[in-house]
Amino acid sequence: MPAPHVAVVGGGSTGAGVARDLAMRGFDVTLVERGNLTHGTTGRMHGLLHSGARYAVADRASARECIEENRVLRDIAGHCVEDTGGLFVKRPEDSEEYFEEKLRGCEACDIPAEVVAGEAARAMEPHLAADVEKAIAVPDAAVDPFRLVVANAASAEEHGARIETHSEVTDVLVEGGEVVGLEVAHDSGPGKHVHGREGCTEELRVDHVVNATGAWAGRVGDMAGVDVDVRPSKGVMTITNVRQVDTVLNRCRPKGDADILVPHETTAILGTTDVEVDDPEDYPEEQWEVDRLIAELSELVPMLADARTIRSFWGVRPLYEPPDVDSDDPTDVTRDFFLLDHAERDDLPGMTTVVGGKFTTYRLMAEDVADHVCETFGVDADCRTADVPLPGSEEVSVLRDYVDEFGLRSPIGQRSVERLGSRADDVLDTDGPNPVVCDCEGVTRAEVRDAISQSGSDLNALRIRTRASMGNCQGGLCCHRLAGELHDAGGYDEATVRAAWDELLQERWKGQRHALWGEQLSQAALNYALHAATQNRDSDPADGDGIDFSAFDSGPRATRTDGGQHGD
Amino acid sequence: MAIESEVLVIGGGLAGLTSALAAARAGADVRLVSAKQSTLRHASGLVDVLGYTPDGDGPISNPYDAIPDLPDDHPYRTVGAETVREALALFDDAVPSYRGSHTDANALLPTHGGTVKPTARYPAGASAGVASDPRETLLVGFESSVDFDALRAAAHLDAAGVPFDVRGATVRFPGDLRADAKVTRYAALLDANREVTVGGRQRPVREALAERVKPDLGDAERVGFPAVLGDDDPAGVRESLGDELGAAVFEVPMGPPSLPGLRLEDALFDALDDAGVGIETGNPVVDFDGGDAVERVYVEKNGARIPNAADQYVLATGGLVGTGVDSDREGVREPVFDCHVEHPDDRYEWFEDEAFGDHRFPRFGVSTDSGLRPETADGNVEFANLRAAGSVLGGYDFAAEKSGGGVSIATGYAAGRRAAEAVR
Repeated sequence: MPAPHVAVVGGGSTGAGVARDLAMRGFDVTLVERGNLTHGTTGRMHGLLHSGARYAVADRASARECIEENRVLRDIAGHCVEDTGGLFVKRPEDSEEYFEEKLRGCEACDIPAEVVAGEAARAMEPHLAADVEKAIAVPDAAVDPFRLVVANAASAEEHGARIETHSEVTDVLVEGGEVVGLEVAHDSGPGKHVHGREGCTEELRVDHVVNATGAWAGRVGDMAGVDVDVRPSKGVMTITNVRQVDTVLNRCRPKGDADILVPHETTAILGTTDVEVDDPEDYPEEQWEVDRLIAELSELVPMLADARTIRSFWGVRPLYEPPDVDSDDPTDVTRDFFLLDHAERDDLPGMTTVVGGKFTTYRLMAEDVADHVCETFGVDADCRTADVPLPGSEEVSVLRDYVDEFGLRSPIGQRSVERLGSRADDVLDTDGPNPVVCDCEGVTRAEVRDAISQSGSDLNALRIRTRASMGNCQGGLCCHRLAGELHDAGGYDEATVRAAWDELLQERWKGQRHALWGEQLSQAALNYALHAATQNRDSDPADGDGIDFSAFDSGPRATRTDGGQHGD
Repeated sequence: MAIESEVLVIGGGLAGLTSALAAARAGADVRLVSAKQSTLRHASGLVDVLGYTPDGDGPISNPYDAIPDLPDDHPYRTVGAETVREALALFDDAVPSYRGSHTDANALLPTHGGTVKPTARYPAGASAGVASDPRETLLVGFESSVDFDALRAAAHLDAAGVPFDVRGATVRFPGDLRADAKVTRYAALLDANREVTVGGRQRPVREALAERVKPDLGDAERVGFPAVLGDDDPAGVRESLGDELGAAVFEVPMGPPSLPGLRLEDALFDALDDAGVGIETGNPVVDFDGGDAVERVYVEKNGARIPNAADQYVLATGGLVGTGVDSDREGVREPVFDCHVEHPDDRYEWFEDEAFGDHRFPRFGVSTDSGLRPETADGNVEFANLRAAGSVLGGYDFAAEKSGGGVSIATGYAAGRRAAEAVR
């Protein structure tokens, strides 16, 4: 009997995690994602791997899950995790009582926690405000959500899964009171298509559908005729051009708004706000939210008040609470996850929805979903995702050895190796020249070409794999270089390359709009000049009508070398 | 005791240099102070006058015809088309290595992005590359030089409909340059025509480079390289390569750091030296004294504030890129004299959602009276003896219009001339 075929909808952390788990347990898996991997909520998180301390007072069940998964991810995804440690920082106006409660909560949840005096905290983080009294040190960490999801998808593929990005579910097929599959529109057009069947609508008939679309779960539910009442809640994050801190900083106070600062690669991420919205796609991105982040977090790290920010982005939490709770304030809604078995809940077999939850516990959520699917089909297979390292993390303990082996003593080489994990060998060992393509993030041609081999003509998919164009200049200096690699190494035709290039340029612009003052506005003005004035990309004749070339200067004379003068 | 001159120009970009030259040639005693490296090294080295109208029409073949139809607050309207011509004549005289003065028509030059763009003056080194010239073209890129991808650029030019056959080829630059060598390393090697080892044999680098290109040459009558062909002796480098290849050789202008931009800067500094202008670079103007008129400015040098006094001042400190216009979350300002810069209060109105939308920020800058004197919000002259030139002026979007060089030269010329007239 062939393995049951499961379609997973959603290419975020949960969907990719479910796809990996089910594929490892022998299911035939197809994952469909309407954008890139991490296109929705996952790609818009603050990069914090929770120790659980954040929830140790109000939500101890979540806290325990977090610390457990925190340990698992350090084992299986070492190349995606930076062990920064975290501090819960108390200012004079923050309550002593809450500080004590936090400590007790950590202890109760088995989260290692240690009180650090103000002086000692400032020794760890010199830019911490002078009046910070004390802090609790906990094992928070920084995590790269892009790398992690890509690694999950790669592992799923290794186990036979089909991963389709740029493929939107347009209908859930229900026959005889049962979900029997999906209608999927594969995107067409240059720069979009990644793996499969471009530009067609596919009827994907499967044995089970997993709806892992987070904040969008209600829409998939609607297509199947069931109610999934997700309460999307937006939160803003702002990125600075340098990393002011090397430790995750949390404000030690009860309500969590604008109180996290996470070091992330060369940057730091300020987060976040929490405002319920009606539509996960269409919500206002407001100036006050950015201003609030900077104002609040400057109380912890005063230099943030004048920091150069390079962009801001909003994410939408897929909050869910059972119908009878009805909280008024999104910050009161539990961060727990829920598995909705539509057979039991709505008398609609063939589909399971997973909502709520947190990035840190994505694997556990996936495990629960996969357990449930196994049970549904009477499949007896153990979950192994907590034990088998993700691709790239098989030998993370030997990262330092790679650095020596390639003679990569420069920071660029070291960062390449850290990004690539155990794949460093294969990728960096190249015969040709390996120049740096993205200067801000130190991304080399070899890495870019490796990413192209994975992600096709989509430069945004390349971006999330390599970090190219994500630094100070936000693509100002490297977009055309990436386009060149896509053309020459990727073998894509000029029109496809140009469209992918435009798409990346626009994506980079979008996030910068919320950071346009001071130095970053100057940078944006420079980028605009480089693309419009120097390259004429804004009036690109290849995109427009034909030019009457004969109406223009054909040169002073057509001599061979034009007789230039000394010093021209 | 303040350092004194009749005219003090603040800013060392195209506008400041032109302004100082114009004032000096009109007989004034001129000093120029500039804070740091000018933005010329960011620019391609092409001098655009006007390629597109503010409505986006274009490319325009004759910029002078379009000037009278520009909006009233456009700097070209302030100085007038005739002044633009005079200013370019000054430029042509000061920088004889540039081409384009033989016609009023714009030229279309290939860009390193692969498009063509309308421009009015171009370096001799780019001259053989003009896109209205029908000769078959080979573009050559270097394996490790990521800024110019010849294959992609050739395909892009083809898509842009250029009236000639164009192909691309990528070669390995002879010699053992590091994978991420700077453009100046290539240029220095070519300038000196140093010997490099190729296939175990020592050969001059120009010859070795030409050898690598020859197999791809075919019937091409001109060959375009990234703009790295020499710094001291670019004409010599092109000539040797051209002789070896039996084809015309040109450079495709690139982004920063831009050798053509640096060469242009050098040429203008030479012209200022010849005109007797005193030049001080590397130190910013940080403050000033004055009421209705500027009395003196202070140049910060090694922590000290050195007073510089003049009868007339020209502000040519650049726009947002050159930090002649500064901003924070609360607003936009001109930082040296705190001249008024009109801007929407809400910073979300400073830009549009599309990368190439009709943004407000490129037009940030001071507005002036007909004599290029910055004006306050209610239309009064800020200082009787201060004029502004170049990107510090508001009211135009040089990137969209392709008008950056022309506005800088025209307003620099006009401001310099008027300053000189005022002291005579």
